[in-house]
Amino acid sequence: MTETALSARTARAGTPSSRRRRRNTWRKMMPPLVTIVSLVVLWQLIVLIFRIPDYIIPSPIDVLKSFREDYAVLLDNLWPTALESVLGFLAGNIGAIILAIVFVHWKTMERAFFPVAVFIRTVPIVAIAPVLVVILGYGYSPKIIIAALISFFPTLVNMTRGLQAVDSQSLELFKVLSASRREVFFKVRIYASLPYLFSSLKIAATASVIGAIVAEWIGSQQGLGYLIIQATYNFRVPLLWATMIVASIFATVFFAVIGIIEKFVVTWDAEEAA
Amino acid sequence: MTASTAAPPIAVADVVMRFDGDRGSVTALSNVTATLPAGGFTSLLGPSGCGKSTLLRILADLIEPTSGDVSVLGSSPRDRRTNRDIGFVFQDSALLPWRTAIGNVRLPLEVGGGVPEGRRTRSAEELLDLVGLKGREKAYPHELSGGMRQRVSIARALICAPKVLLMDEPFGALDEITRDRMNVELLRIWEETGTTIVFVTHSIPEAVFLSQQVVVMSAHPGRINEVVPIDLPYPRTMESRDDPRFGRMASHLRHLLEKS
Repeated sequence: MTETALSARTARAGTPSSRRRRRNTWRKMMPPLVTIVSLVVLWQLIVLIFRIPDYIIPSPIDVLKSFREDYAVLLDNLWPTALESVLGFLAGNIGAIILAIVFVHWKTMERAFFPVAVFIRTVPIVAIAPVLVVILGYGYSPKIIIAALISFFPTLVNMTRGLQAVDSQSLELFKVLSASRREVFFKVRIYASLPYLFSSLKIAATASVIGAIVAEWIGSQQGLGYLIIQATYNFRVPLLWATMIVASIFATVFFAVIGIIEKFVVTWDAEEAA
Repeated sequence: MTASTAAPPIAVADVVMRFDGDRGSVTALSNVTATLPAGGFTSLLGPSGCGKSTLLRILADLIEPTSGDVSVLGSSPRDRRTNRDIGFVFQDSALLPWRTAIGNVRLPLEVGGGVPEGRRTRSAEELLDLVGLKGREKAYPHELSGGMRQRVSIARALICAPKVLLMDEPFGALDEITRDRMNVELLRIWEETGTTIVFVTHSIPEAVFLSQQVVVMSAHPGRINEVVPIDLPYPRTMESRDDPRFGRMASHLRHLLEKS
């Protein structure tokens, strides 16, 4: 009887609570929105007051104009970068996840390969990019590889940690139940690793975009990195700023998509798990 | 199966458990011999380091003793474990946070090759009802209080209708009020299931309240001091604690613990 009363109360509470949540979202959105708008206004004022020419710092209005006039160029160059970063992200993370699984099952492999992974990590991306361009040419592949490399390391470290983030009591529980290693892997380790995996995927999402752009600087005929170089050499500073903003919007969207997927996958309290 | 008049007990004889570490070996149990009757409620009481949890883990076949004989109701711990005759309740509930209450209770049916053929299992819904969590089947562990989580883990330990229920300080992390209530309910569950319970605790009142006999242990090295029968009548209620005999038993146990 008590439960029915309880559930009735929760059912009735449904509408006000969802309204409250919407109000909370709004309250959370307000401060960053206000900050962004004020910064843009400040930017415009500074450019106006100090009469800064648009080939040094363009005003927001100049940048907006560039968006309107050059949107075709911007879009044409966004797609290659988007493709490179997403493919690189997928390749790097899938590789890292597989290697992490291998590491957790064969300690010797971890001892053998982890130093190599650290070494690759310490080589600056700007130094690897020319090497890859020399080997692979001006196509997509060096950019994808750079984006993959940049995604690879954080996920390898986090995924390895996540797969091992199983408390000793859970392992004892599975032993009492005579569970196989396979079952421990699929029923515990995979789930335990997910919060760790997503925190590195979010880092990798933005980093892979940076990786693709840096690789495009070194040698390419398209992409946002290419556009940045072109706009700089041709003194088209408003276009340079517009390109920069497109790149950061794309990275933000990529990050947000991963965040949304995380919300659907990690439905439990991750604090509790980690 | 042959029906025997007196079911064989849990018997440990001359059990020694040594852990070899980098800085020499530690003797967790030194020549421990005890008999815990089938169907009974026995508590292992002692200070930390007395090896009570180690003894429990030996019974569950989580670890193997360095030497000595162990028989759990007439079989080896390993056979008991693989046959799903053992339910284990951990100190912190050890629930999988990504599974609902009912999902956690059903876990034993999904792993370890499932349930041996012909073995009776209990329904998860019925067990959640037994532990007083009817209506919370779909709740995730983080939505439950500490006491509720421990109830779920008791239900999980009971799903294969085990012959032995091993409990490692299951209520140690709960507040006293919740703990007292859980003690009363545990006795009800014991009565309902008829399973043999071995209960590790470092609380004297808890040991007296629950048990038919208390095995008092002492540390360095872990050993058994004395086995004290608790002859207070069942069913025991909160009021049993006011019985003068309850106080006498408790003070006797305290003396034993202090002496060691």
